[in-house]
Amino acid sequence: METLSFEFPAGQPPKGRALVGCVGSGDLEVLLEPGTAGTLSIQVQTSVNGAEQRWQHLFQRLFQEQTPPALNIQIHDFGATPGVVRLRLEQGFEELGHD
Amino acid sequence: MTDLLNRHSFVELGARQRAKALLDTGSYRELIDPFQRVMSPWLSRQGVVPQADDGVVIAKGTLDGLPLVIAAIEGNFQGGSLGEVGGAKIAGALELAAEDNRNGVPTRAVLLLETGGVRLQEANLGLAAIADIHAAIVDLRQYQPVIGVVAGSVGCFGGMSIAAGLCSYLLVTREARLGLNGPQVIEQEAGLEEYDSRDRPFIWSLTGGEQRFNSGLADRYVADDVAQIRQQISQLLQQGLPAAQRSRQADYYLARLAALDAAPQIEPATVRDLYQGERP
Repeated sequence: METLSFEFPAGQPPKGRALVGCVGSGDLEVLLEPGTAGTLSIQVQTSVNGAEQRWQHLFQRLFQEQTPPALNIQIHDFGATPGVVRLRLEQGFEELGHD
Repeated sequence: MTDLLNRHSFVELGARQRAKALLDTGSYRELIDPFQRVMSPWLSRQGVVPQADDGVVIAKGTLDGLPLVIAAIEGNFQGGSLGEVGGAKIAGALELAAEDNRNGVPTRAVLLLETGGVRLQEANLGLAAIADIHAAIVDLRQYQPVIGVVAGSVGCFGGMSIAAGLCSYLLVTREARLGLNGPQVIEQEAGLEEYDSRDRPFIWSLTGGEQRFNSGLADRYVADDVAQIRQQISQLLQQGLPAAQRSRQADYYLARLAALDAAPQIEPATVRDLYQGERP
C-alpha cells in the first residue's frame, strides 16, 4: 500500500461535497470537498505500489482539458484501472454540480 | 419480460443507495457520515486500504412515516467484514434506538446484512463489537421490531448470522445465503467429498434464501425488487412485535436436531421436513 500526494492549479471552490465509488475490487472511493481557491490537492491511498507516474499522467490529462474547481480530493483505491479512475472522478465532478 | 424491465434490483445497489431507497424521500439523514473520516485505525497499519465509512452506513429517517434507523453493510468493501469502527457504529445505532424507546420515541431498526462476519484483521475488537450488536438487538427488540434483511450477493455469515437469528423478523431473497460458516470454511473442515464450495446450486440448496425460508428460519421470501422489499419491510414494521422470538425457541430446535439421523448425507428436503414439523 502507498500514499501519494498531488497538487494542481484550480479555480474557485464549489459549494457542495460529494462521495462516489467504493473500496471494492477494481474500484475506488473518491471524496471531494471544497478546498482553498486556486489549488486542487489530491491524496491517494492505493493498494498498488509503484504507480505514482500513472496517477500523475492521468490527473494531468484530465485537468489540462478543463481547469478543475478548488478541491481537496481523497482517494481510497483498490486496484482500479485508469479508465475506472477517470470515470469515478468525472462522476464526482458531476455530483458536485448537482448540489 | 416487461416484469423484468420494470424491476429495480435491490441486490445491485450499494449500502448507501439501499438505505436511501428504503427511507421516505427527503427523510434520509446519515450519522457518522464518511466525511467525518471515522475509519478503521487497524487496516492501514496492515497494508490494507481503508474506506471512509468503514463499510457501514447508519441512516435515520422514516419509512411510511414510522421512525426508523437503518444500518447497512457494504458487501463490496472487505467482504462486508465487521471491524471495530463499523461494528461500533451498528451497536451504537441500535443502543440509541433502544434509548429512544425508553424516552417515548418508537424508533425501529432495519439491518441490511451483507457480511462474512468478523474482520480477521481486527480479530478480537471485531468479535467484541459483534457481541455488542447481539446485546443491542436483544435490548431493542423488546420495544420494537428489529428487521434483518439478507438480500445478497454476499450473504450473511459468522457472528453476524447469529445477529440475523436474533432479529424479530428476517427477510431474504433468492440471492441470499445465510449460514454460521461460509462454504469455503465448511469445505476446508469437512472435505471436498462432503461439501464442494464451488458447486453453487448445491450451496444455495442448503444455505440459500429459498431453503432458509422453507425451513422456517426466515419470515419473508421476496423477489429482488426495491418496491417489493420496501413494502414487505413496511408491513413487518406495522405488524409490531412477533408473538414469539425465533431465538427463544431453542428448545424446539434442539429437540428436532436430537431426532435427526446424522449418518446419511443430509439433503435440503431433510432439513425442511425436520424444521417444519409441527410449527411452535
